[in-house]
Amino acid sequence: MKLKKSVAISENGFVFNASRGDSFSTNPTGTQILNWLREGQTDTEMKALLLEKYEIDEATCEKDLYDFIKMLNQQNLIEA
Amino acid sequence: METLQKLKYERPVIKQLNAGITNKFGAQTGFIPHTHIDGLAVKDLTARFGSPLFVISERTIRQTYQEAYNAFANRYPNVQFAWSYKTNYMNAVCRVFHQEGSWAEVVSRFEYEKALGNGVPGDKILFNGPDKTADDHRVAVLNNSPIHIDHFDELYGLIEVSTKLGKRPKVAIRVNMDTGVLPMWDRFGFNYENGQAWDAITKIIQTDKMDLVGLHCHIGTFMLTTSAYAVAASKMADLALNIKRQFGLDIQYLDMGGGFASRNTLKGAYLSGTDITPSFHEYAEQICTTLIKAGFRSEELPLLILETGRALIDDAGYLLGTVLANKRLSDGRRATIMDFGVNLLFTSFWYEHAVSPAQDCSQYAEDAVLYGPLCMNIDVVRENVKLPPLNKGDQMVVHRVGAYNMTQWMQFIALRPNIVLIDQDGQPHLIRKHETVADLTQLESTPTHLESFDL
Ligand SMILES: Cc1ncc(COP(=O)(O)O)c(C=O)c1O
Repeated sequence: MKLKKSVAISENGFVFNASRGDSFSTNPTGTQILNWLREGQTDTEMKALLLEKYEIDEATCEKDLYDFIKMLNQQNLIEA
Repeated sequence: METLQKLKYERPVIKQLNAGITNKFGAQTGFIPHTHIDGLAVKDLTARFGSPLFVISERTIRQTYQEAYNAFANRYPNVQFAWSYKTNYMNAVCRVFHQEGSWAEVVSRFEYEKALGNGVPGDKILFNGPDKTADDHRVAVLNNSPIHIDHFDELYGLIEVSTKLGKRPKVAIRVNMDTGVLPMWDRFGFNYENGQAWDAITKIIQTDKMDLVGLHCHIGTFMLTTSAYAVAASKMADLALNIKRQFGLDIQYLDMGGGFASRNTLKGAYLSGTDITPSFHEYAEQICTTLIKAGFRSEELPLLILETGRALIDDAGYLLGTVLANKRLSDGRRATIMDFGVNLLFTSFWYEHAVSPAQDCSQYAEDAVLYGPLCMNIDVVRENVKLPPLNKGDQMVVHRVGAYNMTQWMQFIALRPNIVLIDQDGQPHLIRKHETVADLTQLESTPTHLESFDL
């Protein structure tokens, strides 16, 4: 699972997919996850990173990550 | 070993930006959490009284009432409000209005008994509505309550009852009319334009069994067009002046009913209710100016009665609730499921109720659907609302729910929750206890042949 090459992420949460001309806004947690995806981190690795970095329990972390990745898929931001 | 301070977590969200299409309410720049009501923390209220929970602010009721009363009393010499029981007939709420000086306006025997039980003198209970039995008439006549006659069947029935009692009831007729606003509410009362109202008046006066003391109308509800009230007031004044001219009788009061809009946003409305709802001053200006110029001698100006409902109580009511779950719909929209639904919030069929998170929240909004907990497709509180990310267990405040919810709520699937009134000193009082299974089943009985079964 990898972010599409055409996707640009700016620090302030503005996301642009040049291949389709779509733009998005995301929050700091979202920006963080997009950057990890860009680096090629897996689901399991990202979950571990989130748990390490944030005050959050495992169940919430897993539910939210699953949901966020579903949204990225739906918005065509992830390589098929 | 060094321990790293962990960062505060916020659920990741991503939202597509649509260039060129602006939100109809303008750009949403932020959510203001509504953490307290009259100084009490939402989380403490729900910890103590449960969730969901209706909360009523006594201070807001009194302020709203005084604002409305002054708007009229500063323009007209004799003004009387009558609290419309059906809007919210919790006894504590009614009594706040009665302490402020309101009479009672009721539309059924049940409401009538409630008003009597609250200590309202019989002659200050206005009895409206198409549903009054002979026994209801008898009781109202004995209590000297003004009876607002809705149809000819009622008129003839009341003549019979009062003849038997040997008493002259105090009556008014309800008049319906064209005020230029659609839909025209012509199912209640006697029509002005086609002469029915005049026929009813003539019948009452010529039969000489009742005292015609007033004229009543209620031209609609959530009336955003204030000029409709000027039309209504002039037609009411016209009837009263004609009665004086033809029969030499002074009409003691003109009751203009209710119908003022609250600051809620109607479904499908382009603009938010807080921006477009007329003020009490605008309604008062239309009604009072028309009556004062109508041609009454100044010492003969009839008492002006108002039966304002929703505009007096909506702002004072809040519904507090808790997020049960979040899910993603097939089209990518977020769905948030709350522990209250249309069972408690009947007005969500009419309004796009304003909702706020009750705790600090992110400024990143997502399009969401707000569902209630019922296992029924109709249970939608908001079809499309921008909400910050919410987690299971987070709390929400629904605003302006004071009118028609604590009376039209349904005991459907779930039980009805506690209602708390916060007094002017910030003290909470439980004014209606949540229902229990036993409360409901005590009304049922099981035929003996259905008592047992083997499974
Ligand atoms: C006779 C009468 N008076 C007053 C009211 C209160 O109306 P509102 O809440 O629109 O002010 C109603 C409500 O339907 C009514 O039927």
